[in-house]
Amino acid sequence: MEIPARQSLPAMKQAPSHQGGQKGDPAFRLLATATGVGVLVVLGAIIAVMVTGGWKAFATFGPGFLVSAVWNPVTQHFGAAAPVFGTVISSALALLVAVPLAFGTAFWLTALAPPAAASVIGMAVQLLAAVPSIIFGMWGFFVVVPVVAHYVQPAARQLFGHVPGLSALVAGAPFGTGLFTAALILAVMITPSITAVMRDVFLSMPAVLRESGYGLGATRWEVMRHVVLPWSRQGVVGGIVLGMGRAMGETMAVTFVIGDSNHIGWSLFAPANTIASLIALEFPESPAGSLKLASLMALGAILMAISFVTLWFSRWLLARGEQAAGR
Amino acid sequence: MKANNTLMRADRSASLLWRRHMCDRLATGLSWLGMLIVVFMLGSILWTLLKNGLAGLNVHLFTLSMAAPGQPGGLANAIMGSLIQTGLAILIGAPAGLMTGIYLAEYGAGSRMARIVRFVSDMLLSAPSILIGLFIYMMLVVPFGHFSGFSGAVALAILAMPIVVRTTEDMLRLVPVAMREAGIALGAPKWRVILFICVRAVRAGIMTGVLLSIARVAGETAPLLFTSLGNSEWSLDLGRPMASLPVAIYQYAGSAYQDWMQQAWTGALLVTLGVLIINIVVRVGTRGGRS
Repeated sequence: MEIPARQSLPAMKQAPSHQGGQKGDPAFRLLATATGVGVLVVLGAIIAVMVTGGWKAFATFGPGFLVSAVWNPVTQHFGAAAPVFGTVISSALALLVAVPLAFGTAFWLTALAPPAAASVIGMAVQLLAAVPSIIFGMWGFFVVVPVVAHYVQPAARQLFGHVPGLSALVAGAPFGTGLFTAALILAVMITPSITAVMRDVFLSMPAVLRESGYGLGATRWEVMRHVVLPWSRQGVVGGIVLGMGRAMGETMAVTFVIGDSNHIGWSLFAPANTIASLIALEFPESPAGSLKLASLMALGAILMAISFVTLWFSRWLLARGEQAAGR
Repeated sequence: MKANNTLMRADRSASLLWRRHMCDRLATGLSWLGMLIVVFMLGSILWTLLKNGLAGLNVHLFTLSMAAPGQPGGLANAIMGSLIQTGLAILIGAPAGLMTGIYLAEYGAGSRMARIVRFVSDMLLSAPSILIGLFIYMMLVVPFGHFSGFSGAVALAILAMPIVVRTTEDMLRLVPVAMREAGIALGAPKWRVILFICVRAVRAGIMTGVLLSIARVAGETAPLLFTSLGNSEWSLDLGRPMASLPVAIYQYAGSAYQDWMQQAWTGALLVTLGVLIINIVVRVGTRGGRS
């Protein structure tokens, strides 16, 4: 039995070089590498196209494009300040709502829930993340907007309308559409993704740390507050920044409920625009080659810059968190 | 004196214990509240869709194309357009994603280049889809002078690809070294080991990624507004504007006509159910496979 096996060994070593399939190796390697590099080319092309597409606007209006709040197709004067303002404020407000919600849900999923319930609710959270954004827009417009118009804003005006300093925040007619509603919808949309990241980083902590906390007699909240959170800080922040990136680029849901007004003001309930919603709303009336389209492309370039920096930052934080976890 | 001290200390520790438990209770209660709000939101969305959408679910929706308000119409062309564009997007995006995933896991592993590619792919995964739409508009719509179903499919392909990259790489990393070595020991070239041993071993996992990417792009609206535009007539021509379910919903939901609104809701119900069912199948399926 053994002798034939030994005899066949040299033959086996030789075998690969005789096989025709071996020639496929460099070709396949090249194909895989080229596709991988193609991803970089796509990103490079996106950056190049957005910048060159918006160049006419940057050249026409100069740096003033960034600070001008005028958006007037009649006089052909366009500025980015109003939609940038709307994007930043709506995302920031959305985070104010979404972060506590996501943290509470992640805490519940990882520390409080019975295993069976955790998997069902975890699934529900994932499903909420999968709902297309246009559905959030319709739901927001037909369900949330009336609630804000009839209950939330009147109540807010009753509460804060006569408080100096706060009255400006709740001023304006109760349309229901505006920054506040957009922020609410965005919050619902980004909560699942922030929750998912938080849950993953919480669960990636070695169980022995959690158990030693309980072993010392700590309550579940104390373990979360003093063991889990410090341990997973970077991942949690990474998840929050990721959510912010999503919120800033969200288009359809915001387009339904933001109210389409290029106006900078104090009121949280006033109609506004985000970069994405303005592009979606104005694009149909912007013929190719027009200054308006160039301005929209320039806005796209700004959105790209903001969201890529945000995403880069969040990925960097998450990667650092993972590295720390591996240590 | 000493007894008094002990008593005070006991008292203090009891109050501390009480405070700690109250903190825990409060945090627990708020956590339950947060979870319930999230579940309530999902419930509210599904309920709204069912309440408004079920009424319009009939044969005409699937057999008639979009029509003027008041005329008998359906969403047949939009459904068909969505199927074509999503299908073509996956045909382009999935193989590209698979190859990139193979590059990341098998060829580039550990190299600086691979790290950059992975990073960029992850960034594309979360990039605003409206930017992809504008990008393809400038690349494939402006040069050709007209909107087209093909450009819509390419935009969706760019959105689908990073998901497949992610799952393919993650899955390939799970393949045991022994399995690769067995293939190499039998004299198989590396590409055969990768395609016919590694990829084949994890094909269920890669399919998961492909299904998730279908679910992601099937509901995308923003990029299609700039690329395939929408079309109210039945058209299978990839070189012309093509209808899609999300864009049709967008057009109808913003209208003031009762029958268009009804079709928008029913369309929304269809899209959401489709996307959620894919997600449920994938998640239940992978969980069953793992345990």
